Amino acid sequence: MPTIDEAQIGRIFREESGRSVAALIRIFGDIDLAEDAVQEAFTVALDKWPDEGLPPNPGGWITTTARNRAINRLRRESRGRELLSEVAVLSPGNDDPLIPEEVGPVQDDRLRLIFTCCHPALSTEAQVALTLRLLGGLSTEEVARSFLVAEPTMAQRLVRAKRKIKAARIPYRVPEDHELPNRLGPVLAVVYLVYNAGLNSPAEPGLCPEAIRLSRILAKLMPDELEVAGLLALLLLTESRRASRTRPDGSLVLLSEQDRRRWDRALIEEGQAIVRRCLRRNQPGAYQLQAAINAVHADASTFEETDWPQIVALYDQLLAVASTPVVALNRAIAIGEVQGPAAALALVDDLDLDNYHPFHATRADLLRRLGRHSEAEAAYERAAAMAPTDAERDFLRLGGRASR
Amino acid sequence: MAQYLLSAHSVESEVEGALTTDEEMQAFMERVGALENEMKSSGAWIFSARLNDPDTATVVRVSDGEVLTTDGPFAESKEHLAGFYIIEAEDLDAALGWAGKVADATNHPIEVWPFADTQS
Repeated sequence: MPTIDEAQIGRIFREESGRSVAALIRIFGDIDLAEDAVQEAFTVALDKWPDEGLPPNPGGWITTTARNRAINRLRRESRGRELLSEVAVLSPGNDDPLIPEEVGPVQDDRLRLIFTCCHPALSTEAQVALTLRLLGGLSTEEVARSFLVAEPTMAQRLVRAKRKIKAARIPYRVPEDHELPNRLGPVLAVVYLVYNAGLNSPAEPGLCPEAIRLSRILAKLMPDELEVAGLLALLLLTESRRASRTRPDGSLVLLSEQDRRRWDRALIEEGQAIVRRCLRRNQPGAYQLQAAINAVHADASTFEETDWPQIVALYDQLLAVASTPVVALNRAIAIGEVQGPAAALALVDDLDLDNYHPFHATRADLLRRLGRHSEAEAAYERAAAMAPTDAERDFLRLGGRASR
Repeated sequence: MAQYLLSAHSVESEVEGALTTDEEMQAFMERVGALENEMKSSGAWIFSARLNDPDTATVVRVSDGEVLTTDGPFAESKEHLAGFYIIEAEDLDAALGWAGKVADATNHPIEVWPFADTQS
């Protein structure tokens, strides 16, 4: 019998707990009860699995054990006995409330849960925290650390969000087709936020794979939604370069200077295959287009070989569906590679992005290439003063010195 | 089912939503009347009312066992309650659906508040 240690059990729970929590919320209609019961199942597993070995279906074992624990607890409390009798009401069309509902298309409970967590009636901070806690299986302390918030603050945020779900009756269901356009946006935004939080905080690299895992679940459960596929492709292609975008000391490496042999080919191929599938359907959205831009970068074996006209064309399309100054800035950078820095600078100078440090970094780079060194130096200094991390600040100051 | 307060908020300086002519008032009453009928026929409507201007309000409070009456709304502010609906809905999404219709008919932002302890 293979031995199993605490760390392995922890990993299995992290992987499986989202599904179990989601199933128990459907059965009992109570988030706290579901969370506590899955936590208790974890304690039981720590006690039993090292002796008895891993059960054949660990995910099923966790859900069953947690469900039984929840029922036992409810039987002990009078309020709980009331709740148990109400459980039947919550899952209509089913005589035994403890048998999963199988009417209509089979829906994964996790899909209902992510739409509840990312309901537009909740703040974005609450959406992110709930998603990581309930679906990602992160502890409150881990969620707090990921977003540089004190643990009691994060605990309070989670309590308040769960109270609102209960008091305002935020529903636990997948939105209908006509509601999806409004409801899918926040879900994808939360997953993208989680990924970027991991990308920009080297202390929490686990958030990147977690975001990819969530977007894989979404892509599997909503195969017809092209923007869901687009987000997955975007994350896979970005992830393929993650290892080569920082030096061992944490400083950033520009796309033009990255060692492309270190890019992860398996992730690139998977991402590009999704992009090709999306292109054939020809309903471009913001995530699909950003993925397509990244797919073009991944095709070039050197920075110079990049198909810049293709990238400019994709940015033109992106600007049409997501007309933001940040998109316009990135489009200007691509135009700089086709028509030269003067054309790019003219576009950049028209943008109202004074509080966005990449704006100043881009201007600095363009000015340097135009030989306007003292202006470049001033722009590097502006960018450095606004940079959110030490690594970026050092990087920009270095650029400022190099431009002298 | 749960009960919700849908409150319509009016902002003093905002011209949008203000009813200046008789025709506008007429059209407003028709829109609101039609919506109220829709709420009633679907079983969502419990009560609704449009309030008079805030300077017609009076505040009563008790201090040291004495009743004090003062002129004006409780909070002097640029925004005030212009009217409200009390509805019954299956869940927040259903309540938000009605709120969208109220916002459209009245041209006011609508605040959706669940009642405490009315869930069944």
